[in-house]
Amino acid sequence: MAKLEADRGVCQGYANCVAAAKDYFDIDDDGVVILLKTDVAESDRTRVRGAALSCPVSALRVED
Amino acid sequence: MSRHTTVIIGASIGGVRTAQALRAAGYRERIVLVSDEAVLPYDKPPLSKAFLAGSASSDDIALLSQAEADELGIELQLGRRANHLDLARNTVEVDSGERLGFDHCVIATGARPRPSPWGQPEGVHLLRTMDDSRRLRAELTPDRRLVVIGGGFIGAEIASTARSLGLAVTMVDPTAVPMERVLGSEIGRRFTRLHQDHGVTTLFSTGVQGLSGQRDGFTINLTDGRTLEADIVVVGIGAIPNDDWLVSSGLDIDNGVVCDKYLRVPDAPNVFAIGDVCRWQNPRHDRLTRIEHWTNAVEHASVVAHNITHPMQLMSCAPVEYVWSDQYDWQIRVAGEAGIAEYRHVEVIGEDAATGRFAALYSADGRIFSGIVAVNWPRALVAARRALKERIPYPEIRRTLDQLAQSQRATSTGV
Repeated sequence: MAKLEADRGVCQGYANCVAAAKDYFDIDDDGVVILLKTDVAESDRTRVRGAALSCPVSALRVED
Repeated sequence: MSRHTTVIIGASIGGVRTAQALRAAGYRERIVLVSDEAVLPYDKPPLSKAFLAGSASSDDIALLSQAEADELGIELQLGRRANHLDLARNTVEVDSGERLGFDHCVIATGARPRPSPWGQPEGVHLLRTMDDSRRLRAELTPDRRLVVIGGGFIGAEIASTARSLGLAVTMVDPTAVPMERVLGSEIGRRFTRLHQDHGVTTLFSTGVQGLSGQRDGFTINLTDGRTLEADIVVVGIGAIPNDDWLVSSGLDIDNGVVCDKYLRVPDAPNVFAIGDVCRWQNPRHDRLTRIEHWTNAVEHASVVAHNITHPMQLMSCAPVEYVWSDQYDWQIRVAGEAGIAEYRHVEVIGEDAATGRFAALYSADGRIFSGIVAVNWPRALVAARRALKERIPYPEIRRTLDQLAQSQRATSTGV
């Protein structure tokens, strides 16, 4: 199963990931990403990869 | 028989993301990514901010390294300008004379700065490319006098960066406030104050009549009769879509490449346009829209990658608009349609002087929620983007943000 990783130090709170996949991402009061789960189901892969690609500072990674 | 091929023209964020999204969607055919710039793809938003300030390097703003391109099987053709699209033969002609055959073509040629109507001698800058940003940076030395003509996003960001580098900055625009088209005049006034508080001389509601002199000795005559002296000048007065090269193709070109709701060119369903150069029938507003935002290009890329890989389940493109800017200590986030004149109902919520936090909510009638400007308030942005997507009524999102403001105040004071 693919694994989702976030670099919280890089995140700037643009929230594009939340807009793309709110079941995987949220952001905290300081505007830093929170991963709601890190295992990416096969059926969600394209969508979660899309969310990672929508990050303006490339803070997200989906590793196979 | 040759392999099935997608040719992408333009390697800025839209073009690069299309190639990556195609691979993410399982596309195994050939991908050719063509760029008229001779350098590896890079990201443009930092060119007026961290890259211009010198705090981000060219590595920091890379979009796609050669190694990443190789790993994904993306063929890069750099330093090649496309100059003709042949819809009968399904080829793109590049300036080397080569014809690239395609099964699918994605037009992602972006936009360029509107040229300076006052000429562009040495010391007068436009900003779009990495080279432009480098050239401008070399001139941003402390105590020089910079006049920024244009108070849009680019102009306001350059003013902010130049102040951080210790220049004396003046911003001029015939509109009443900075970023008026996006923010509207009421909220825009807060941004005038932001720039003034950081030492920028703001001259709004006045235009530039003429520019004379040379670097370190420019004279700028304003329409209200005043005169400015400048060492360097930046002209940031909007952008023009790079669609000229397509006129010979017979495509419908009208302030961008006109596309259907699937981002396809009518009459050529294997040809798509995305990003700044795309003017598509947007189902969210039931009209043609062309949007020059980073996130819009990424959303277009995702839709086109889907539509190339799922021709029987086409996805239409109706994103909630989103654009950000960083000026001084304000993280500015705008979602939906905020400033355009018909949205007269504007309320400010959650104002906190200590953090600079506030959100402005926009509505035409107090019932339909049309847009938000959120400053230093990421949670409000998230709630509002969701509300815009789900078409939550205005009073409901207003209540939600009120509660959020209360709860975050309670948290921050430890109550």
